[in-house]
Amino acid sequence: MDHQDEEQKPKAENALRRNFLRAVGVGAACAGAWVSKALPAKSLPDETPIPDIPGYDWRKHKWAFGVDATRCIGCLRCVEACKAENGVARDAHHFRTWVERYVYLQGDDQAHVDSQSEPGNIAASGSEQAFRFDNRYQNAPVEKAFFVPKLCNHCTHPACVQVCPTGATYQTKDGVVLIDHSYCIGCQYCVQACPYGAREFNHAMGVTDKCTWCYHRITKGLQPACVEVCPVEARVFGDRNDPESPISRFIKNNRVSVLKPYTGNAPNVFYVGIDKEVS
Amino acid sequence: MIGTMATAAPYVGYVYPNETDIPWSVLIVIYPYITGLVAGAFIVSSLYHVFGMSQFKPVARFALLTAVSFMFFVPMPLLFHLGNPQRAFNAVLTPHWTSAMSAFSYVAGFYVCLLLLEIWFAFRADIVALAKTKAGFAGRIYRLLSLGSDDVSPVALAIDHRFATALAIIGIPSAGGLHGYVGFLFGSVKAREWWSSDLMPIIFLLSAIVSGIGLLVVLYVAYSKARKVPADENVLAGLAKTLWAFLLVVLLIEGLELLEMFYKRLEGIDAVQRLIEGPIRYGMVLQWGCSLGVLVLLSVLILSKARGRFLVVGMTVSGIAMMIAVLAMRWNVVIGGQELSKTTKGLLTYYPEILGHEGLLAVAFIFLCPFVVLWLITRFLSPWEPEAGKEVSP
Repeated sequence: MDHQDEEQKPKAENALRRNFLRAVGVGAACAGAWVSKALPAKSLPDETPIPDIPGYDWRKHKWAFGVDATRCIGCLRCVEACKAENGVARDAHHFRTWVERYVYLQGDDQAHVDSQSEPGNIAASGSEQAFRFDNRYQNAPVEKAFFVPKLCNHCTHPACVQVCPTGATYQTKDGVVLIDHSYCIGCQYCVQACPYGAREFNHAMGVTDKCTWCYHRITKGLQPACVEVCPVEARVFGDRNDPESPISRFIKNNRVSVLKPYTGNAPNVFYVGIDKEVS
Repeated sequence: MIGTMATAAPYVGYVYPNETDIPWSVLIVIYPYITGLVAGAFIVSSLYHVFGMSQFKPVARFALLTAVSFMFFVPMPLLFHLGNPQRAFNAVLTPHWTSAMSAFSYVAGFYVCLLLLEIWFAFRADIVALAKTKAGFAGRIYRLLSLGSDDVSPVALAIDHRFATALAIIGIPSAGGLHGYVGFLFGSVKAREWWSSDLMPIIFLLSAIVSGIGLLVVLYVAYSKARKVPADENVLAGLAKTLWAFLLVVLLIEGLELLEMFYKRLEGIDAVQRLIEGPIRYGMVLQWGCSLGVLVLLSVLILSKARGRFLVVGMTVSGIAMMIAVLAMRWNVVIGGQELSKTTKGLLTYYPEILGHEGLLAVAFIFLCPFVVLWLITRFLSPWEPEAGKEVSP
């Protein structure tokens, strides 16, 4: 996937970069000469080539994700599967996907919310390497309760991509936001910019990490790991270019909403059955 | 360098699980702080060079050296913070222009060049004189620095002055741009309730100026003491008025912003209120307490036309308090912004490490560096007027 980021740069940006390099070359003699020599090879193809993934054309897909919160039972198999599939740090502070529990007790105006980073849940799990919700509401007067799976929203206008100083994080033609780990400098500006807390820092590699919708799987015709293991079909994934795909039907047949629409990021994870308190 | 995270930040309420690993440490508090000191020191030199305020002449060149000494170390906290500092040049070679951060090396690099040029013109006559009188290695360095120019005729000096003024004129918007830019880095992050404000660039810029003036006052008094020369009262009285004016404006703008925020009471205001009353309460007390204290103290100094020891002590206290206030402000913004969860349902508390490359010791070391460099530079190029001090040459 490494080379995809350079390949999918828009043409206008490449032109801008070309002009810029020309200007730099004049002033910074040595560095400038080196830069202008080094860059043409890397950039500037007239057409963005298709990434070299056998049998896959990223121009033909438009991926999207659905979450039916009315189905989620909070079993956290999705979290487990994601951590295993993607080698995410086995602790309670780094997640590509997680599940939030919302509970309204009788007479409460506001929900009690918790997730896996909460000490009570870590204790119930036995360690930070296992994932389960504790039983704290067993005898409580619960009025309303539900689970909300969270993950990267792979926004149409991703703020994280906007703020990346190197272009290491980028948007693919098929609508997925990825990170080139060999190019990320680890400044974590993208972590700040994501309104959903979906980005985490990989301390071992010194780079930012996040959900890729299991790009390595979906480009082979498989489902993301979290969707694959969900026992209740609370997670739906598919191609919006195909009107009969699970996600197209999910969006067509339900009244869907997205998280924090006011940010202007235009998320591509569509929710059913969430409450006003969910953000 | 890279390794495991510091301990997860404790929190109350609900925060996204990834937020417990706080992205920007105390290093990113010191980064805008050092940048701001540069801008402030530079403004003082401009008051003389551009606006002809001759009472600042005795510190104009010292202010330039102060600015450049601190500017050298602006990138240091950023490099310490990067997960892959060896790739820092990726942002220079392939800047992703939609990112404010991609402009950093260009903005900072341009400003360093400008400062060095201005210093060269401001010190050229001295360099030429030293090149002619000093022998040995030092003499060779001065001859190298003179860049082959040894004309110190009145015409040549007038040209130097014109160049220095022109560079200072370019320098004012550059210094403003440099620090306005740092404010933009934070103000443009719409995901962060406490950062996302259109006023952030202007608040950063103005607070930068007051912190830089504070620094210059402290350094000037300290250097005067070290040189056993009384600090120039006109300089201090002038700086008192300048600091008062800038401080008043920054307090007004910051105050009005808070007022509007709390009057409008948009969604999330309760969380902001809990942040101010919680994790950053001491920071807020320091920021506002010191700022208002300085404003009062300066008012007294100005109204009483203070002179002598009262002026020197009053201004030194003001300078130190101003630096503390702005450091607290940087903490309140950078750390406070991250302590307020993006869920607006919870608050985190950041505890800095002591050791480690993002720890307090690293920060103290980085912050000490510019003072050492400034001392070395002033040994090599004395910024003081010969008649004002005992030292004629370094």
